[in-house]
Amino acid sequence: MGPSKLDLLQGTLDLMVLHTLTAMGAMHGYGIARRIEQVSGNQVLLNQGTIYASLVRLEQHGWIATNWGTSDNNRRAKFYSITAAGKRQLAKDAHHWQRLTDVMDRVMAMGKEGEEPA
Amino acid sequence: MRVAGRSFRRVRAFLGKRALDSDLDVELATHLEMAIEDNLARGLSPAEARRVALISIGGLQQAREKHREARGIMMLDILGQDVRYTLRTLGRDRGFTAVAVLILALAIGANVAVFSVVNNILLRPLPFPNAHQLVWVAPPPSKCGLSCATYSTDAYDEFRVNTRTFQDVTGYFAFSSPDNLKLTRNGGAPIPATSIDVIQNFFQVLGVQPAMGRAFTADEGRHGAAPVVLLSDAWWRRQFNADPNIVGKTIDLNGHQTTVVGVLPRTFDFGAVFSPGAKVDAITPLDLYGPPRDWGNIITMIGRMKPGVTLGQAQGDAKAAERYMCWNNRYPNGCGKDYKDSVVPVPLKDYVSGRMRKSLVVLWSAVGAILLIACVNLSNLLLARASARSKEFAMRGALGATRVRIVGQLLTESLILSGAGAVVGLGLAFALVRWLAHQGSIALPLLGLLHVDSAALAWTVLVALSAGILFGLVPGLRIAGGNMQEALKESGQGVGHSRRHERLRSVLVVTEVALACMLLVGAGLLLRSFLKVLDVDLGFQPQRAAAVKVDYEDNPADGNGQDDASSRKILARRAAYFHTLIDRVNALPGVEAAGITDYLPLAGNRSWGLPFPKGVKRPENLHVAGPLVYVISPGYLRAMGTRLRGRDFTWNDRTDTQNVVVIDEAFAKFLAAYAQWPNNDPVGQVLDDGSKTGLLVAGVAQAMHAESVEGENGWQIYYPGTQNQATGSQLVIRTTLPPAQLATSVMSILREMNPKQSAVEFKPIQMLVDHSNSPRRFFMFLVAAFAALGLLLAALGIYGVISYSVTRQTCEIGIRMALGSSAGRVQREVLTGTLRLALYGIALGCVASMAAARLIASLLFDTSAWDFATYGIMAVLLVIVAVLSGYIPARRASRISPLVALRAN
Repeated sequence: MGPSKLDLLQGTLDLMVLHTLTAMGAMHGYGIARRIEQVSGNQVLLNQGTIYASLVRLEQHGWIATNWGTSDNNRRAKFYSITAAGKRQLAKDAHHWQRLTDVMDRVMAMGKEGEEPA
Repeated sequence: MRVAGRSFRRVRAFLGKRALDSDLDVELATHLEMAIEDNLARGLSPAEARRVALISIGGLQQAREKHREARGIMMLDILGQDVRYTLRTLGRDRGFTAVAVLILALAIGANVAVFSVVNNILLRPLPFPNAHQLVWVAPPPSKCGLSCATYSTDAYDEFRVNTRTFQDVTGYFAFSSPDNLKLTRNGGAPIPATSIDVIQNFFQVLGVQPAMGRAFTADEGRHGAAPVVLLSDAWWRRQFNADPNIVGKTIDLNGHQTTVVGVLPRTFDFGAVFSPGAKVDAITPLDLYGPPRDWGNIITMIGRMKPGVTLGQAQGDAKAAERYMCWNNRYPNGCGKDYKDSVVPVPLKDYVSGRMRKSLVVLWSAVGAILLIACVNLSNLLLARASARSKEFAMRGALGATRVRIVGQLLTESLILSGAGAVVGLGLAFALVRWLAHQGSIALPLLGLLHVDSAALAWTVLVALSAGILFGLVPGLRIAGGNMQEALKESGQGVGHSRRHERLRSVLVVTEVALACMLLVGAGLLLRSFLKVLDVDLGFQPQRAAAVKVDYEDNPADGNGQDDASSRKILARRAAYFHTLIDRVNALPGVEAAGITDYLPLAGNRSWGLPFPKGVKRPENLHVAGPLVYVISPGYLRAMGTRLRGRDFTWNDRTDTQNVVVIDEAFAKFLAAYAQWPNNDPVGQVLDDGSKTGLLVAGVAQAMHAESVEGENGWQIYYPGTQNQATGSQLVIRTTLPPAQLATSVMSILREMNPKQSAVEFKPIQMLVDHSNSPRRFFMFLVAAFAALGLLLAALGIYGVISYSVTRQTCEIGIRMALGSSAGRVQREVLTGTLRLALYGIALGCVASMAAARLIASLLFDTSAWDFATYGIMAVLLVIVAVLSGYIPARRASRISPLVALRAN
């Protein structure tokens, strides 16, 4: 077996969902879950069921909109799409995330320098 | 905004739960099918495809739970479950629920009712706009009654003109007596009514708008103005059938055609604010610059301070105005001295309800104690229930319920109980408050305006919530704190766990007994004070004496009484009239004595200055209030049952004979200290009142409680109505029969002698005393009722604990009896346990009472707050009650059959 899958950090799933919806347009829950798994190269440990809690949360914030439609193979499914407010929120969160990863990178880099012999 | 929006969506989600759940189910089903399809496409077998799809979803139920958690308010869901469960369990246990709700209803009802009283009298501002600006202007309290608490009209004028901090100053005539109006309608018998004369700007200063018509105008206060009247709401409804067109009509008041200019609003009750316990039907303008100018101190002053003026500034301003104030501007040598140090504004609210503060605080504490006792009792009941249910809780714990969840469940139970108690209690409070508001005869200020308002409702919610939390938390924590798994292992009537419960329950019972003990001691002290007050020698005997107001009008031909000749004519005619009247009344069977006075004791008074022994130099710096003046007829003192040394007045004391007076023992003692009288006896001595002949002291009467039953009382001096002009006439009759039986015959004599006599009631003198005692009676009655309630609750508590412990020990008792213990011994031991609890409680309660004595000391009359007898009696009473409530379970214990007890387990 390969290395174990990553646990998702709190709040990152919401960001992934928003980003996926921006990139792909309106999608149903299964589609979003699959897309995230594929993009992550199956690195993320995602209980697909938890995606629905994330979706309802985002919906209550008004960041995504829903409407019932028909899937490719003619199934009744709920389609989610990002709203204007959702886009603004995504820009904010993405910026925040970028800063956080930058900081983490720098901190980790410092650790490597420290390993060099004095 | 966003937060609000999300909360709103969450609540909506909670309410539309079913729809959302089914939506999610459809979504999840679709999701699963799609996943299976993809897996099939990847070449898995149908069974494997389904299995992998389910794994990647990670459990349908978990997905649902997460969804619910994210979208809605879990708390509300849980609360809903708890409430439903509680209602089910309480519904099953009807007896427990009924007792709990009843206890809470009594406690909460009492609290809300008392809060309403406190709020009405103490907390709420007076029922006037900007009431904080209103001040009562009066001298510091002194011994000479109303005459020393009022001002002359000249003094009022100077005060009004010479102060800068007041928007305006008003006042009213303080010496109005009840039934001073006679309303004649359609030629029928005159109907008595009571009016108060006020300075014309009275309603403007108070900020009271008549409900109909208008207030008085400045012109209506001028001398000789056409008579006008404002009706009280109650009188307008009662006497005039709420006639909507009354304004502008004229009515016959005291023989004058008087125009009704308005009707006062229902919220304004003159008696409720200024003269508790009195009923005032009408308000008339005071003839400020007419004859009242020469009546001396007659008006009380009420001022409205300018906005932003502090009380201190107003007091300074008033002090500065003293030097302009004269008793009568025609005698300017008194100016600046007459009212020195006696013009002090105090907040009107303090004047109206300040005296009630301490009583109300005690009353409030008493209901607080009741609430605590009820909470302790409920805690006990719930604890008993909880230990009976410990297995249920252990089971729930084992199934995954958290402690918080279990405490939450218990709290829900207690809050539902206290909520139900509050609803029933509110009903009780409404009834009690309604009843109190109609007790017109209790001399408490603002009583008529009493009602349960929004503040009281808020108080109810607060009390119910805190009670619910208080009595629910102890058993809740106790249950959750224990090792719940232990409970599952315990068998039958458990040991360890329950024993801890029992200790806690004993502590609760001791607390309860201690609180009840405090209440009982308080009530006992108040009761003892009340008995002492009833026992006071009033200086007259109220039993079997009654008074009736006699209408009499001087003959206009005799003049106005201002000059000597006219005065003589008036007095002679009065003497002849009342002589006949009294002789006729005396001739009635059953009448022991009869006489006339212008003022009755405990009901209005005045003072005419300080007569001094003739020939003795009056000390320069003698600041002593003059005695209260009563103008009476022969026979009055005997009718009142007052002892008299020397002689009573006779009909032969006339204007052409020596002026005589009767003084009371206290005044006699004061005078004797200055005079060189043989045996210090004033009888036969002459007092100097500024007249040529002076006043011969004909007799010395027993000192009366003229102003109050309990407080300090002014001295009395009696003048004969044959030599001095009385300001009214009250016929006092002492009878061997109940006075009411004579009412008809006396009234027919009055009617025969004066067809205009109005149909007034016979007032037992006892009523005056009762009226004076009514606040004390009221408080004593309430505190005693609360103490009785506390005692009952404590008894219930003791019974509950002992009974429970007997049930728990059934097996143990059974074994002991099987081993030869006697029934008597078992019974004795149970009773000993009861007594131990009671004695701890009593000891604690007595110590706490002594510590709290300061609170109640000022309410007591001639009784120490550490009165040993009261403490003793109450302790004994508590012991008896404790033994009685322990006796039933003790008896049950002694009847336990060893065979049955052992078989049961």
